[in-house]
Amino acid sequence: MNFQIPDELQYAASHEWVDRRDEVVRIGITDFAQDELGDIVFVELPAEGDTVDRDEAFGLVESIKAISDVYAPVAGTVVEINTAVREQPELINEHPFEDGWLIELEPTGEFDHLLEPAEYRAQL
Amino acid sequence: MSLHTPPLATVHRGAGADFTDFGGWEMPVSFDSIRTEHTAVRESVGIFDVSHMSEIVVSGPDATELMNLLTTNDVRSLAPGDAQYSCILAETGTILDDTVVYRYPERDGYLFVPNAGHGKQMADRWSTYARKRGLTVSIHDRTDDTGLVAVQGPAAIETVESVAAGSIAALSRFGATRTDIDGVDCLVARTGYTGEDGVEIFFPAEESTTVWNAFDGVQPCGLGARNTLRLEAGLLLSGQDFDPDDEPRTPLEAGLGFVVDFSKPEFVGREALRDLEHEGVDEQLVGIRVDERAIVRSGYEIFQDGDSIGHATSGTMSPTLGCPIALGYLDTAYAEAGTSLEVDVRGRAVDATVVDQRFLESLETTEETK
Repeated sequence: MNFQIPDELQYAASHEWVDRRDEVVRIGITDFAQDELGDIVFVELPAEGDTVDRDEAFGLVESIKAISDVYAPVAGTVVEINTAVREQPELINEHPFEDGWLIELEPTGEFDHLLEPAEYRAQL
Repeated sequence: MSLHTPPLATVHRGAGADFTDFGGWEMPVSFDSIRTEHTAVRESVGIFDVSHMSEIVVSGPDATELMNLLTTNDVRSLAPGDAQYSCILAETGTILDDTVVYRYPERDGYLFVPNAGHGKQMADRWSTYARKRGLTVSIHDRTDDTGLVAVQGPAAIETVESVAAGSIAALSRFGATRTDIDGVDCLVARTGYTGEDGVEIFFPAEESTTVWNAFDGVQPCGLGARNTLRLEAGLLLSGQDFDPDDEPRTPLEAGLGFVVDFSKPEFVGREALRDLEHEGVDEQLVGIRVDERAIVRSGYEIFQDGDSIGHATSGTMSPTLGCPIALGYLDTAYAEAGTSLEVDVRGRAVDATVVDQRFLESLETTEETK
């Protein structure tokens, strides 16, 4: 299978992606992760204002066949959540890097540990 | 135990299937998205490789007597080419497995189909009882030599008609006939596990690729869609909705009393069930509609007003109905349709309602937001 791994993003070994924007980072799950799960039917996200530690489970995605925690690739404070995926979880299957994003954090920690696209591809 | 590989494994791998271990068999769980496969079966037609199911052939002068002793339904009511759903019980009345019993259309004897991984156990059980009773029968476990596919959906019959040498349109529900498919001698039965019209096709295992390829163009479906389809139809899964070790249940608790024929003078488990029928059951299987967006899965505990009243055994998001559904056992006092419940979903109390377990008929179909 040929999974999308956009060049402009960074990745966690637990299959989340990180989009470093000006003040915030946007986080979602990768194309590989959504394909492994299959039809996603339920998403649980934190509240705005919650703080998360690096590698802490901040939410979960549930498909017809499995449940998976989603881990914070970096530490930070939740400043926005994607309410659209609560109502339409299938957005994560259809557009994991665009409309299917999950949360935005104001980061409070390091980024050095994140994987570059080639490194992430190598572990799949 | 080493994993059985179905004859079609290479073909499925070529089609991009994901696999799972099911009852000791490495079987395709999905080819496309479960939703795509599920919808194909509800609206048109899909094909499943179900060669993991067991096949036991019983023949000889005392075959009917032995079948009637070890299954709950009345085998004597089967004409040649008829089939029936049935249960196989322990002496205690607990379900060991469920099965379909086929009386061969063209020759003496029966084929019955236990679930994956139960073939040897059942062949041994049949042999043991035959010996004990001095019955003249021959019993063969044909699981490894038999291929089985299911073609299911409203367009299944016309699809099979287009590839079969003989006509199957006149086949009644639970009827079976022999016909060739692409030169392969097949037993075609109007049975299935999806809640749709359709057939199951038995053939020699070495001809699996020929038969599968005869249905080229039909949506291949895996065990994932098989599970969502059977749940919507309210059909039970052996090993999950009942299991002699992990979920010991009688047919009366499991809502399978309709395949228990008490008019038979004898069958294994009869005495225990007779007593239970008089006393009434403490718990029974119900359908559960989940009223929030949360999937209820096997083992989740069920409450009413804080009191534990049962647990779920199966659950999924219903692709057809657009809401989560589940099966579970409840204290009989709470089993009436319309009863409000709460299910503990990972520490959260989720509202749910008891409904008729034939969800396809009991719930309104909603157009899912897409």
